[in-house]
Amino acid sequence: MTRIIGYSALVAALAVASYGMIAAIVGVKRREAALIRSARSAAYTCFGLLTVANLAMIYGLVTHDFSIDYVAQVGSRATPLLFTVISLWSALEGSILFWGWVLAFYAALAMWLTRAKLGALGAYANAILLFVSGFFYLLLVGPANPFGLVSPVPMDGPGPNPLLQNHILMAVHPPLLYLGYVGMTVPFAFGLGALMSGRLDDTWLRVTRNWTIVAWSFLTLAIVAGMWWSYEVLGWGGYWAWDPVENASFMPWLTATAFMHSSMVQERRGLLRMWNMSLIIATFLLTILGTFLTRSGVISSVHAFGEGPIGMFFLAFIAIILVFSMVMLLGRSTELRSDGHLDNMASRETVFLLNNLLLTAFTFTVLLGTLFPILAEAVRGVKVSVGAPFFNRMTIPLCVALVFLVGIGPMLPWRVVNAQDLRRKLVKPALAAILVLAVVLTVGMRDFWGILAFTFSAFAAVSNIQEFALGTAARRRAGGGSWAESLWGLMNANPRRYGGYTAHLGLIMMVVGITGSSVFRLEREATVRVGEVVQLQEYAVQFQELWARDEPHRFVVGARFDVLVNGRLSGEMNPRLNYYRARGSEPITTPAVRTRAHKDLYMNLLAFEQDGSSATVTVITEPLVVWIWIGSAIIAFGAFFSVWPRRRQRATVRAPRGRHEKAGVA
Amino acid sequence: MNWRRSALGIGISIPILGLLAYGMTLDPRDIPSPLPGREAPEFALPVLDAPDTVRLADLRGEVVVLNFWASWCMECRYEHSDLSLAATMYEPRGVRFFGVLYNDTPANGRAWIREMGGQTYPALMDAGSRTAVSYGLYGVPETFIIDQNGVVVHKQIGPITLSRLASLLEPLLEGEAEVSS
Amino acid sequence: MTISTLLVVVALLYAPAQGATPAAGQAPTAEAVSPNQGRYVEETLLDRQTREVSSKLRCVVCQGLSLQDSPSQLAQEMRAIVREKLEEGMTPDEVKAYFVEKYGEWVLLQPDPRGFNLLVYIMPVAILFGGAGFVFFKARSWTRRPDDGFAAEAADEEETELTPR
Repeated sequence: MTRIIGYSALVAALAVASYGMIAAIVGVKRREAALIRSARSAAYTCFGLLTVANLAMIYGLVTHDFSIDYVAQVGSRATPLLFTVISLWSALEGSILFWGWVLAFYAALAMWLTRAKLGALGAYANAILLFVSGFFYLLLVGPANPFGLVSPVPMDGPGPNPLLQNHILMAVHPPLLYLGYVGMTVPFAFGLGALMSGRLDDTWLRVTRNWTIVAWSFLTLAIVAGMWWSYEVLGWGGYWAWDPVENASFMPWLTATAFMHSSMVQERRGLLRMWNMSLIIATFLLTILGTFLTRSGVISSVHAFGEGPIGMFFLAFIAIILVFSMVMLLGRSTELRSDGHLDNMASRETVFLLNNLLLTAFTFTVLLGTLFPILAEAVRGVKVSVGAPFFNRMTIPLCVALVFLVGIGPMLPWRVVNAQDLRRKLVKPALAAILVLAVVLTVGMRDFWGILAFTFSAFAAVSNIQEFALGTAARRRAGGGSWAESLWGLMNANPRRYGGYTAHLGLIMMVVGITGSSVFRLEREATVRVGEVVQLQEYAVQFQELWARDEPHRFVVGARFDVLVNGRLSGEMNPRLNYYRARGSEPITTPAVRTRAHKDLYMNLLAFEQDGSSATVTVITEPLVVWIWIGSAIIAFGAFFSVWPRRRQRATVRAPRGRHEKAGVA
Repeated sequence: MNWRRSALGIGISIPILGLLAYGMTLDPRDIPSPLPGREAPEFALPVLDAPDTVRLADLRGEVVVLNFWASWCMECRYEHSDLSLAATMYEPRGVRFFGVLYNDTPANGRAWIREMGGQTYPALMDAGSRTAVSYGLYGVPETFIIDQNGVVVHKQIGPITLSRLASLLEPLLEGEAEVSS
Repeated sequence: MTISTLLVVVALLYAPAQGATPAAGQAPTAEAVSPNQGRYVEETLLDRQTREVSSKLRCVVCQGLSLQDSPSQLAQEMRAIVREKLEEGMTPDEVKAYFVEKYGEWVLLQPDPRGFNLLVYIMPVAILFGGAGFVFFKARSWTRRPDDGFAAEAADEEETELTPR
């Protein structure tokens, strides 16, 4: 029954989406408002139907209805309830079902918020949203049908992939990723709506500006949650391996970051109209390309979901979207010519151009590296690998340059720079940079790019903090009040600007965390008998015992170590190996991590003697890792802060900003 | 709309799509080994439960079937009876079969052989996987066929069957060795 | 459940009892750790070379991780082989060549910068510098254009709603 309800909802959604798409286009062509309205209703209806389908699947999972194909594939009576629910996205079909739900939600929300306001542009955007949704519904009805019938009905299933049921972050990372990934469909749809309707002014950009920021924030959190997950689960003490799936989530993030900056240039100066359109199209295409690469078996990856006919569907979909958007974009290129103008080369606009240049080169490098194995095999017939050493070598210089721009950008005003102002603003960041440079050289740091990363981070951090400080001081002089009040008032008076600077500070924290944890990482591997000690810097870990625990769905072996910091007992650590019963013998590691603000101690159990006499472990110290996670939270806070709906207080809000602008934030 | 420029859009799209379509024809897990056609790496491995050491150099003039296996390997179970049977069939015709125990303990190996009902060819120990790496091993089971001149003629990834073995060994024994991978 | 899992499970159900005995009464104190036991020492040239070579080779049983990063058994042994070969006097490049001979070019995590592979190194740099030139000329042409771009002046920073007014 559940199966039939779920599948019927999907078939209905496909029909409704197809109808809505046609209705929207015909409605515009024939100028029939009723048709356009009914197309909008189609978007709402699809959301309702997908909600039914998803709830049906969750119900099927929770009630262990193994007659449903997907439940038989990932369900198991022994799996804890939470992991049963989140196994909704632990395999291919379920993840597409969930994707469809998120997309339907976004589409319905976008249509509801813009209802009847945008005319043809909105109707075309709806058609695009329904087309993209329809593609996913088609997958769900056809090759990736999660509601297939299993006969005879098995008594139990294997449970989800152990890697995906081993950590609570798996409840967080995929939904965040879909909220981010799928969110990029909306600005794309409105961009194409603008191209199709010929309404090429800034309307589409203003309508979707906040969408992009929200989707981008989710994507940021998702990427970092993924990093954190691999750090906490995979057992090698790292968080980024330049795996194709990681690259796939990173590329749209890069282009969306570029877009968030360059769209400001269009809003302010009427420049880069063609470029912004290209960026938002590229962002969407990269999300689809990433999904294709990892779902079709073209590139093997840790996270790949396996293959099937689904690859051909994706390829056809990419072909339609790519050709259509290229045709529309280039067809409108003469009309998208910029009517704006730059006052001066030394201005914030120029920094944004450079930021876009670096981010574009960055995206291109990652894309080329990800696809190069295919290219090399096509040309040379030889399999090659492009992995971490390549990406690090090619992109670290770009990262360092970007950090420098994060410092320089906020100092430069729009339009024209006043040399005296700039010089005054440069003093403190430059001093901070010199101080940090001196310190890292004194402590014996020799890694060239690491030194630059720390130095520029100091520069950028002080530069961004200075903007808060100057603004707060000006506000206090004008209106009095405490520092905290003035700061809060300042941020609320111009949330986009100060939200942005907050995000900058979070990014700098992440850069510091990444640099610290990769440059100063120390690792030791040892086989110890009971009572023996492994020492690494100030830490000593003493092997106490091997223990085992029987759980319904898995068997856990742990090694208990006492941790001594400078010879003093400071708790214990239990790196573990988990043997999932239904999934073969390959154990899944659960490393033990002791997190502190300045340094993480990380232990991974590699092997053990079956009599419990000895264990082989890796002990790793990684400074500043936790800064990466905190930094990402700060980025997300800044980004959400900048778009948080506020009551409009135009009169009171504008006044301080006007002064602020004129005085060049002095 | 400027349709001439639009056409350019199609021109840009085609190479990208071509590359992706080509990518779909590839199997990223199928990595060709450089070994077939080359001289087989030398090894000298102790025999499990016997005082002997087997050296490849001593086996010139004979065809060698080198099978890497482990007790924890599921697929090794499928090929074991075929290998044992092939060994009894081809030993008299001058083919030497060896099973190299990969990443496993002698005790586990011994128990496994007993569980499988014996093995008609010697098991060799490869401490530290030195020989496995010199043969470019990815996992188990993998089987290498080395001709009378000590050249690798075939690498089989995954379980091997009796008929496959026969089709590989017969030409070698008839002296029409061909290199395949 | 596979048989090997079962073996591990059976072995371990009684293993902790044995393993725990020696440590049972032993309270971990500072004295338990002799002060000069396993102190952190500067990494030797061999350590460094092993690490550098291992981080450029692909772990053949994992996906995309380097030998250095992989916790797998085979990677551990392959690291040991890297170290041995270096000890025997091979240069880092020769050790890499040894693995390429066994596993093919695929084992290098960073394509050998020769021939067609050069493209993957040159193209990003070309895009960066070509793009820089393009941006420069474009920006210069925009600064020279007469001032007609007031359309964007009205862009409203405070607008926080999704919808246009």
